[in-house]
Amino acid sequence: MSETPPAPSLPSSSSLIITLAIVAMLSGLLVVLVYEFTTPIIAENQRQATERAIFNVLPQAKTRLTFLVKDDVLTQVTDDQHGELLFAGYDQNGKLIGLALPAAAQGYQDTVRLLYAYNPFNGCITGYDVLKSTETPGFGTQITTDAEFLANFNCLDAKVNDDATGLMNVIKTVRNGTKQDAWQIDAISGSTITSNAVGRMLNQSGQKYHPLIARHLNLLNNASPLE
Amino acid sequence: MANPKNTETPLSVQDFTAGLWKENPVFVMMLGLCPVLAVTNTVENSLGMGIATLFVLVCSNALVSALRHLIPKPVRITTYIVIIATFVTLVDYIIQAISLDLYNKLGAFIQLIVVNCLILGRAEAYASRNGFGKSVISATGMGLGFTLALVMLGAVRELLGAGQLLGYQVFSSNFEPWVVMILPPGGFIVLGCWLLLINYIEQRKTGKLLDEESASQCSVPQNQVSS
Repeated sequence: MSETPPAPSLPSSSSLIITLAIVAMLSGLLVVLVYEFTTPIIAENQRQATERAIFNVLPQAKTRLTFLVKDDVLTQVTDDQHGELLFAGYDQNGKLIGLALPAAAQGYQDTVRLLYAYNPFNGCITGYDVLKSTETPGFGTQITTDAEFLANFNCLDAKVNDDATGLMNVIKTVRNGTKQDAWQIDAISGSTITSNAVGRMLNQSGQKYHPLIARHLNLLNNASPLE
Repeated sequence: MANPKNTETPLSVQDFTAGLWKENPVFVMMLGLCPVLAVTNTVENSLGMGIATLFVLVCSNALVSALRHLIPKPVRITTYIVIIATFVTLVDYIIQAISLDLYNKLGAFIQLIVVNCLILGRAEAYASRNGFGKSVISATGMGLGFTLALVMLGAVRELLGAGQLLGYQVFSSNFEPWVVMILPPGGFIVLGCWLLLINYIEQRKTGKLLDEESASQCSVPQNQVSS
């Protein structure tokens, strides 16, 4: 009979804990260093992306102001504020020409985020820019390229009802080729989930922000840059 | 403390080139297939994911190799995971700082690099048993091999699925895209085709070598018989 080899001696618990603690501290230090370094760059990237999107959806705007939605009240704020932000675009004479509003809904793969243009004077949604989308190339991504789908937003009816509590008509995506009303969106054939997501998010955002905008139209019209 | 078995051999070019083709992590070892199938619908996404994985692989293997004599065996896997997770977090911040667009396209797959078995596998099987230089060189080869495989898949899928390459239109408007190629089943189909082609080439090569060997063996006995 051969002798069984002696069991290998295990290191003490304290050495295991110390090793893990050192590695965790090293890890924390690295993460904090890179976080501190990249945070301002990421914030600047996000600011630039939003800025680009605002002027994309409101091409006639020369300047823009930021407004914060809190407790169903609209307040003008500086750009460094966080929260639910809406952006108002003004022409060279300082006249309000429209608002860029955020909207989001679950798409096929992940949440799709848009910034869309809303004209409070005629109640039309006149276009959008995709802020975030991981939809399938060739399918979901068609919401930015399909000319027929984009034609829905020449003037999508998003008027506020008489007592300013919601939209006059629910914005809805309908099957391709069956659009009858100005508040309906003709879906892209083969990309129904993303098309539906666009309709859903515009309706949710419209129901929430458009009445609020209607109630604060004076503030928006008379706003000027904050010192 | 752990005392990893010293199996070190001198640094050679093979340490670098093995991962590129002979031991390619995707086509030969079939490791990390989740991102391979998920994000290779375009060349840009493939390149982004490949470079992110390369960074994590090289940095984590370098640190594991440098600390290999200090990490006790019972907690080595935990330690490797902490190290890998640290570098994935750094990549996450760095990609956001470089390009928000790419970050949005890659989605959750950046965070999922943590569970890519290629990285943990190389840390455990190679970096913990070899010196710093060899580990870094080998990880670089493996990472580049992984990126190469991703780009090979992404190029075919983007070309056939969208008629484009790196976003540029390659085929004329008469080309009807094979949309299945940019959908998840396309990942399996293209990977299968590449594996078929690569194995066919390898078998032809091996067959040729065997033929040459057997031919030379056959010629020797004839000489011997005649003599």
